[in-house]
Amino acid sequence: MSPAAGKTEPYHKTRYKGGGGMWSWILHRGTGLMVLGFLFLHILDTSLIGFGKHHYDTFVNIYKTAWFRPLEVLLIGAVIYHSMNGLRVILVDFWDRGVRYERQLSVAVNVVSLVMFVPSAFIMLKPIF
Amino acid sequence: MKVQLKIQRFDPATQDKPVWGNYVAEVEDNGRVLDALHYVKWYLDGTLALRRSCGHGVCGSDAMVINGVNRLACKVLCKTLDQPVTVEPIRGLKVEKDLIVDMEPFFAGYRAVQPWLVPDDTDPGGRERLQSPEERARYDDTTKCILCAACTTSCPIFWGDDTYVGPAAIVNAHRFIFDSRDAGDRERLEILSAREGAFRCRTTFNCTEACPRGIKVTEAIQEVKRTILYRKV
Ligand code: SF4
Ligand code: FES
Repeated sequence: MSPAAGKTEPYHKTRYKGGGGMWSWILHRGTGLMVLGFLFLHILDTSLIGFGKHHYDTFVNIYKTAWFRPLEVLLIGAVIYHSMNGLRVILVDFWDRGVRYERQLSVAVNVVSLVMFVPSAFIMLKPIF
Repeated sequence: MKVQLKIQRFDPATQDKPVWGNYVAEVEDNGRVLDALHYVKWYLDGTLALRRSCGHGVCGSDAMVINGVNRLACKVLCKTLDQPVTVEPIRGLKVEKDLIVDMEPFFAGYRAVQPWLVPDDTDPGGRERLQSPEERARYDDTTKCILCAACTTSCPIFWGDDTYVGPAAIVNAHRFIFDSRDAGDRERLEILSAREGAFRCRTTFNCTEACPRGIKVTEAIQEVKRTILYRKV
């Protein structure tokens, strides 16, 4: 008989160890929501012009502050990943050999996204440093 | 060898939430997780509840979450796992006790796709309906399913909504849709094109990774989706 037998402790659900496909799905959702959130914000700010130039300008000036920049960088990252991964999903759905190349396609999405994101982030962040 | 186990213990009749039960089992060097669970049940704590039948990867009774992924307890060797080995019931289905879940939503999805041969009206004249080896090969992969639910309960979409028919049901629909002797496609494709059908699949590939029979689950689902789109059976 083992000493530990029957000893209990509080249960915490383990995280399901899904593969790259699961993570890209989560990222796709997350980035999708970010882009959607920005879209709402954007509708809000442009509609402010209806209440007068002054209100609109105050809002837009917030976008110009330095601390807003990193958020914009995140946004561009979200747009890039979401669109590149979207192309992969289209290929996996409509191209009859798409599923077999899933691994390669995922790697391609990640590489292309990074290649597009790094210089964009650099260009966008340079003025604030 | 000794195997340290952390098993999710939960009896909804007497407990409000699950606990981890810690055990140390003694198994042979090539012992499987099922052997370790047997050791616990037979020598340490007879109240542990689990399903198993064949013990050899054929019946599909003992899918569980082992170290964070869906596996058949009878197919995983303890020596290949990091210890302590965590064992939890498959997800997205109501726990009845410990490692036993209510499989009904899973089988409801399976029944929904009419997983039997629907013959056409031609009379084979008292003989078998013949099929060429190529026609048989077309759906060979999906005949291997043992309905263990490892795929369906690894699917994040199913965790969120158990009315989704799930990968296993689509695999079994595939087995008949691409069978040259079957004439039930129209109805099956109709069912699978509904809201809870094949298009809930977001190709996370968790199912393909989880299938103990090595079935290319996602590929089968994608073939069904495209068949619905183009009706090219
Ligand atoms: S497809 Fe594989 S994982 Fe899914 S029920 Fe069948 S055998 Fe189990
Ligand atoms: S006990 Fe039958 S498949 Fe594992």
